[in-house]
Amino acid sequence: MHKSGFFKTLLIGLSAGIGLCLAGALAAADTIKVGILHSLSGTMAISETTLKDTMRMLIEEQNKKGGILGKRLEAVVVDPASDWPLFAEKARELIEKEKVAVIFGCWTSVSRKSVLPVVEELNGLLFYPVQYEGEESSKNVFYTGATPNQQAIPAVDYLMNELDIERWVLVGTDYVYPRTTNKILEAYLKQKGVAKQDILIDKYTPFSHSDWQSTIANIKKFGSQGKKTAVVSTINGDANVSFYKELGNQGISAEDIPVVAFSVGEEELSGIDTKPLVGHLAAWNYFMSVEDPANEAFIQSWHDFIGDDERVTNDPMEAHYIGFNLWVRAVEKAGSTDTDKVVAAIVGLETPNLTGGTSVMLKNHHVTKPVLIGEIQDDGQFEVVWRTGTEIPGDAWSDFLPGSKDIVADWTQPIFCGNYNTKTKTKAKACLER
Amino acid sequence: MFRGYLSMRAVALGRGPLVAAGFLCVLILATLVPRPAGARTIGYEEALGRLSDRSFRVKAAAIEAIATGGDERARSLLEGLLKGEVFYRKSDRRILYARKSQTGYRIRDASNGADLGEVGKREIKKVGLNNRLRRQLRGALAGMALNDPDPRVRRAAVREMMGDGKAAVRLRARLPLEQDEGVRADLGLAIALDDLHAATANTRLAAIATLGASLEPEVHNRLAAMAEADPDPAVTAAARAALFGIELRRTLNAWAETLFFGLSLGSVLVLAAIGLAITFGVMGVINMAHGELVMLGAYTTYLVQQAMPDAIGYSLLVAVPAAFVVSGLFGVAIERLVIRFLYGRPLETLLATFGISLMLQQLVRTTISAQNVAVENPAWMSGSLRINPALALTYNRLYIFLFAILVFLGLLLILKRTTLGLQVRAVSQNRAMARAMGIRSARVDMLTFGLGAGTAGVAGVALSQLTNVGPNMGQAYIIDSFMVVVFGGVGNLWGTFIGGLTLGIANKFMEPWAGAVLAKILVLIFIILFIQRRPRGLFPQRGRAVE
Amino acid sequence: MGVSRVLKGDRGGQLLLAVLALAAVLVPLLNLAVPASSPWHLSTYTVTLLGKYLTYALLAVAVDLVWGYLGILSLGHGAFFALGGYAMGMYLMRQIGERGVYGHPELPDFMVFLDWSELPWFWHGFDLFWFAALMALLAPGLLAFLFGYLAFRSRVTGVYFSIMTQALTYALMLAFFRNEMGFGGNNGLTDFKDILGFDLQGDGTRIGLFLASALALALAYLACRYLVQSRLGRVAVAIRDAESRTRSIGYRVEWAKLFVFTCSAMLAGLAGALYVPQVGIINPGEFSPLNSIELVIWVAIGGRATLYGAVVGAILVNYAKTTFTGVMPEAWLFALGGLFVLVTLFLPQGIAGLFARFRRSPPRPTEVGV
Repeated sequence: MHKSGFFKTLLIGLSAGIGLCLAGALAAADTIKVGILHSLSGTMAISETTLKDTMRMLIEEQNKKGGILGKRLEAVVVDPASDWPLFAEKARELIEKEKVAVIFGCWTSVSRKSVLPVVEELNGLLFYPVQYEGEESSKNVFYTGATPNQQAIPAVDYLMNELDIERWVLVGTDYVYPRTTNKILEAYLKQKGVAKQDILIDKYTPFSHSDWQSTIANIKKFGSQGKKTAVVSTINGDANVSFYKELGNQGISAEDIPVVAFSVGEEELSGIDTKPLVGHLAAWNYFMSVEDPANEAFIQSWHDFIGDDERVTNDPMEAHYIGFNLWVRAVEKAGSTDTDKVVAAIVGLETPNLTGGTSVMLKNHHVTKPVLIGEIQDDGQFEVVWRTGTEIPGDAWSDFLPGSKDIVADWTQPIFCGNYNTKTKTKAKACLER
Repeated sequence: MFRGYLSMRAVALGRGPLVAAGFLCVLILATLVPRPAGARTIGYEEALGRLSDRSFRVKAAAIEAIATGGDERARSLLEGLLKGEVFYRKSDRRILYARKSQTGYRIRDASNGADLGEVGKREIKKVGLNNRLRRQLRGALAGMALNDPDPRVRRAAVREMMGDGKAAVRLRARLPLEQDEGVRADLGLAIALDDLHAATANTRLAAIATLGASLEPEVHNRLAAMAEADPDPAVTAAARAALFGIELRRTLNAWAETLFFGLSLGSVLVLAAIGLAITFGVMGVINMAHGELVMLGAYTTYLVQQAMPDAIGYSLLVAVPAAFVVSGLFGVAIERLVIRFLYGRPLETLLATFGISLMLQQLVRTTISAQNVAVENPAWMSGSLRINPALALTYNRLYIFLFAILVFLGLLLILKRTTLGLQVRAVSQNRAMARAMGIRSARVDMLTFGLGAGTAGVAGVALSQLTNVGPNMGQAYIIDSFMVVVFGGVGNLWGTFIGGLTLGIANKFMEPWAGAVLAKILVLIFIILFIQRRPRGLFPQRGRAVE
Repeated sequence: MGVSRVLKGDRGGQLLLAVLALAAVLVPLLNLAVPASSPWHLSTYTVTLLGKYLTYALLAVAVDLVWGYLGILSLGHGAFFALGGYAMGMYLMRQIGERGVYGHPELPDFMVFLDWSELPWFWHGFDLFWFAALMALLAPGLLAFLFGYLAFRSRVTGVYFSIMTQALTYALMLAFFRNEMGFGGNNGLTDFKDILGFDLQGDGTRIGLFLASALALALAYLACRYLVQSRLGRVAVAIRDAESRTRSIGYRVEWAKLFVFTCSAMLAGLAGALYVPQVGIINPGEFSPLNSIELVIWVAIGGRATLYGAVVGAILVNYAKTTFTGVMPEAWLFALGGLFVLVTLFLPQGIAGLFARFRRSPPRPTEVGV
């Protein structure tokens, strides 16, 4: 063995130690750190970069109002680069090294699943802003996007009642959200008396699928058999562009076979020429076109912040808006950013949403949201054609899946568990351990 | 949690709450019954004013009044509505025609056509439509178009009304007046389709005979129902026979369609790979940034369209040379700055160009946007060429297929018939000898790489018409491109062309039963095994240079 | 002793093993014994990060073995790594037992979700650690053997081989993305609870995994070193530099290649198996062809055909990535991409080459084949 080897290592170790120590000292005591965990590179950057900017804007505005508890907020931005294990690592970095009070982040389900054990282990907080499949509730996570009952089921009701749809094609990308949604919808449609041969669940396609010729030809065939047909699309992200282009070119107009999508918002449409898509539908909890003073103010400040009047706003941005405001209120109520105190304080808090209603944080860590159905217009916006009268509470465990029918999540005492069986009155093993 | 939803009320937008079912009933009444009994007839002006209402029910009634009122301004108004050119001013709710201008919108009064100058985007709002209104508009316009002087317009109107039982009366009325043969034929079909519902068996039989083996889906659906449950056995038999013929033709058409899908997918593969066939096949450079050069071509298309928003139809003609130049220049720069130091070390070019691909992606993300950008399809690229009611070829894919052939032939011509091509082949076969003959190999390398890169850019223009344009789009094609080149045989353009089309067709014929993913996996496995059998691909390059 | 003979003349290797030994003592000490308030405390975040780097280093050593010494550029080593990872992930999944979301005693959550009623055949046995550990080596090994057998026999070499390995990992990625495959689809395997009865979240377990990774790296390094110094290793280098000549001399080129390639794949599988419990998730993204290219770049940056260079490259690039993604999230791809280009252009021998030049030791053969 070589002597200089030990010496060098010692030196490296020393300098590394000093570096760590400095980093710790720099975290000044008069700021509250807010972690932003959104991909800025890789495949998801398309969607997530906007949310990073949204969070920066919200934090900046809060600081103009004097911060929280007399402290300034400081955004800590990291790039998990659309790499799922990196999400877990970055979450750990944010909580353990940067000591952030809360994380706003993730888009895909898999990134959330990757982060989940970390925030639970380190007792951090995560606000997750995207519509997702449900079947989950964690003490440390707040789900501000829609669950299937806040998006899919009202949309199907609308198609059935208003457009007299009798035949259904369910298409989606091959991952958990479309599979769960389609499972729930299939159960729901059957319960509503739709026959089995009138539901076509098309083969699931991979992410960024770009050749939709066969699928659309298939839809066309299925839809030309006399009964009024609609497509329920859970196609994710990029793949939508080529899907809609093909749809338009093969001559399927919204009047013949309307497509209702759950993952297509203003941001996705800004990458598509929407003229052939006019009339196709989307179900969300927010549309940029909603006329409401709060929304107009939000759009104005977004345009000022980003310096571009053409940029759109979308549903996950509103979810962050709601989540951020709920967190601010909870911290103010608790008088602390301590996770347990915030978790105790936040349930039941309300904040105005951007569509003229209020969002309430529920016991299951989901929020109440209105459901809006919009039709695509040729300017890339949605025209709201229908909305629910009241806000709908998010349901963590679907009532239409056999495995989770009897399960509820309740993060208030005495249950305090995300997976409680109301029939057997037992908590899941995972709850008992903690 | 779900119970909460069930008990909630559905609210139709507009003047106060209304239960969904009620909304529906009123709508049906408003749209289907020409003049609801007891409803006050309203004039054109009044109906026009009601279009600014937020309730779709009110709008539907107003449109009905306008369509049936017989006012001469009605048709252009309804067309404008359908095209999304009808707005109202927020201040006084006056209905306007608006066209986008440099600063905002140029507006015109809808009732008297008076020019009202320019206004900002926020001062006016479009008259919103939903699918029901759009269908109503289309029906009303088709009815009006039935008397249009242009036979093509009449024909489209007949097709629009085909299968609509209520419209059949008007079609029957039109038949004796119609002079144009084509329109008469379509009218005959539409009326025969309606006759399938006739009460007398003979009329139904005659209708079946008239329709023959028509591929209209409505015919098939109606015949299928009749073959099952028509009270008259003769009709049932005739329906069954007709149905058999229709289904046979349908199957053949389905095969033709799949073949077209395969050729189309294949042409995309060929386009994406053919630039690589030059840089990789001819020069031996593994260019991982190839996909990004394709992406740059697509972004060039976007920028060209941004620069000429009023001439989208010609934008592609400008974009093709522009993309060739942009990607070509990037290619030349990459070759001059990086690759020329790495000749003879192909695997190291892989690493360096991979670094370049990361930087190019980030470049686009920083300078343009991390979001996808919208590239429009010109009108001539939209829609489809209708061969018959069961087979329609989409124009964009048709043109891209032809374009792929054109690009292929162009490259073939350059490599086989020009001095540059001769030099390229000489250098790729024996660099030392070529240099000895006085060929400036460095210059040839640069130009060859530029040519390959430029071709990638041209492919980007074509892809921008099919799929999304974003910073990551290049990565989706890079592996497929390598597969096509290796499968076809490195250094052989014909190999790339035939290889790409073969893989595309194979993929599409497997897709219906295997699904898109499995089909792709099977194709990949096939290529891996194929290369074990024939390590040099479909069309191996011969000669000493390959070792 | 054997170790000293194997490391004879390998300054870099000696240094590496010394650093590993030191780290194996210091890291547990600084993490467990030093209180969290002390500036000398090493956070669990850092321990996990270091552990992850070590598994990457092990993977890089595996790549260097085939690329540096055999002249075969595999763009599919990420697949072997991921297969090892999946084998370990399956074991960890089975350990969850009733603690899953749906509380099924046998089936992992995603199978319950897909309405499967029983465990697919290829999941059997993975409840046993030894079986999973064996499969973590055997599955990639077998795949490499089959693939290598076919490819080497038909003399698919150079660029063609690289692209075929890329196709392999791409096909596997697509396959594992399919939920019907029975490996959890896009979400992969996650939410692990414990390993061999130890809580995965516990600091002790993390230290244990870190030590295991360090030990695996050290042993693998010695084994590879031994291999390249052996007769077979010299044949490998001969194949790298002049394949047809070696063949004409009478060596069974195919079998030598196949042996080294399979060994390398198994090492990659081992790295994957150690990686998964530390990062807590395995999903098809690991099969992504881009990952495989990236790890080749680690080796290129560290320096080929030195083994220790691979370790340095892997740790350096990943450290740079960790830092850049935190410090300059919007521009780190420029830095990373630029680094790749510059190293390929100006440091063809990588960092190890730089060291060698620095020490003015006799230059190694500069032509490293393809």
